[in-house]
Amino acid sequence: MKINEASIKMWSRIGSRAAFGMAVLELGNTIDDFMVLTADVSTSAGLERFKKTFPDKFLDVGIAEQNMMGIAAGLASEGIKVITTTFAPFQTMRCCEQIRVNLGYMSQNVCMVGLASGIVLGTLGYTHCCIEDVAIMRSIPGITVISPADCGETVKATFAAINHGESVYIRLTGGANNPIVYKDDYDFEIGKAITLRQGSDITIIAVGTMVYESLKAVEILDDRGISASVVNMHTLKPLDTLVIEKACELSKLIVTVEEHSIIGGLGSAVAEYKATLRKSPPQIFIGLPDKFGKAGEYRYLLEKYGLTANQIADRIMNQYERF
Amino acid sequence: MESREQIIREIEHMSKRMRKNALDMALAAGGNSSHFGAGFSIIEITATLYGAIMRYDRNNPEWSERDRFILSKGHGVLGYYTALAEVGFVPVEDLQTFEKTESYLVGHPVINREMGIEFSNGSLGMGLSVGIGVALAGKRRNSKYKVYVLLGDGECNEGSVWEASMAASQFKLDNLVAIIDKNNFQLGGSNSDVMSVGDLAAKWVSFGWDVVDVDGHNIGELYDAFNRVNIPEKPVAIVANSIKGKGVSFAENNNAWHHAVLTKSQYEQALDELNKELAVK
Repeated sequence: MKINEASIKMWSRIGSRAAFGMAVLELGNTIDDFMVLTADVSTSAGLERFKKTFPDKFLDVGIAEQNMMGIAAGLASEGIKVITTTFAPFQTMRCCEQIRVNLGYMSQNVCMVGLASGIVLGTLGYTHCCIEDVAIMRSIPGITVISPADCGETVKATFAAINHGESVYIRLTGGANNPIVYKDDYDFEIGKAITLRQGSDITIIAVGTMVYESLKAVEILDDRGISASVVNMHTLKPLDTLVIEKACELSKLIVTVEEHSIIGGLGSAVAEYKATLRKSPPQIFIGLPDKFGKAGEYRYLLEKYGLTANQIADRIMNQYERF
Repeated sequence: MESREQIIREIEHMSKRMRKNALDMALAAGGNSSHFGAGFSIIEITATLYGAIMRYDRNNPEWSERDRFILSKGHGVLGYYTALAEVGFVPVEDLQTFEKTESYLVGHPVINREMGIEFSNGSLGMGLSVGIGVALAGKRRNSKYKVYVLLGDGECNEGSVWEASMAASQFKLDNLVAIIDKNNFQLGGSNSDVMSVGDLAAKWVSFGWDVVDVDGHNIGELYDAFNRVNIPEKPVAIVANSIKGKGVSFAENNNAWHHAVLTKSQYEQALDELNKELAVK
């Protein structure tokens, strides 16, 4: 599968879910012992072509997420590579204990893909938004957690996860016309954060859709005389602690930005490690508030909660001056 | 070739030895308690499976064609580890380490293929789904192995059991056998007092399974049920009517023995009863 400017543009246009569908199509071509499971959301998961092309590698378990995770573990225990997929709240919370016992405790490796996480489905209400999945998944031993920054990274993370030594949760954020962070192919390694931009005053650590917003925020900060690094912490567990250490050595302020509750996500993960360091600069937690808000359009909700580039830059400006 | 009668006689003896070993385990657990009643109710089931029905190779525990067993009612370990000891997976002396710190013989099974423990269990309502995955893998690879999942009747309170039940018939898994140990009790009391599971056989029939109803302590009935020619493309459910605490008079149908400490004097009494039973045969 070619990863280049053209394919990245195409994936960005179709969004993370459809890009994921393209990635599994490729995996279906290359791996014999491979199965994709879904809980009645094959269309939403971009799996229609996969289903038609590889009917024997596709299994729809109906609206039964707990059963899906048990079946996935059973298949995995027989050496079959398995991807499970449904909307993020159902993929992580409805079947949380099946994940804990069958994948974590029993060490059966399954790649779970949480669709439309964050608040992209805001108009459907908070049953379909997901602001807790990172907090929950990263507290279970034996589960790697990845939040790709764009559609190209979704494809690369899917390829990496299928050969990873333990279960992986991939959190997909953003909708169609997903902004592009990586214009061309690059090296993606689970657990290895990527510093996208080097600056001298502060370090912004971001995940998912907020990587792009942070890059844009940094341009605004540049104009205002603040020089910022941007780190794409695509793997939330295990955390790239070396990058955090370096950031704490060099920066006066650490900023974490995520489309997730400020409880338990990237900000918490960074803070947990940062607190152990001798040099530990202050941290700004930018993320979603600890509440179920009103339903609304994605863009509207992002603005309401201060998750756009302008707002991120303003908040950093204000606090930076105070510190 | 042994006759059916010879096999049944052997499994009956195996069951009695397992009960004595289970009693030793309960004593060894000491103040940690053991799930006594639900372990004793499944002994004939696990004895028949490991003694006469399932194919496995104790020298090659991961043999790809072996039949798979999942103790979905994970608290039934007294009836599981004792079966594994009978057939040579677990050294009998290891049973004394049951529930001891760092022992591999935990209060609920922890996967250990070398010792014949196929999966980790303990949280109810999960085993049948895992069994479906294993059975699907067997179909994919044209393997002939069967998957046996042992559930409790109280466990059937869990909704996830019925998610799995629905799926197994949808996927036509005739290589999957669910055994429901119907001892009529759960932790908090009788099924009918806590949460009635109603007519279990009828429920499984209505979910599309080929259902057999047997006496869960009658080796002949169990043996015949496992050997029966089943309806094509249907998973099999065996409802095994059993007695919680079977074989120990003071524990039978006494839910105080769901999870309890066995004292030395109770142990002596129970051992005496089991020895008398052994002498009869």
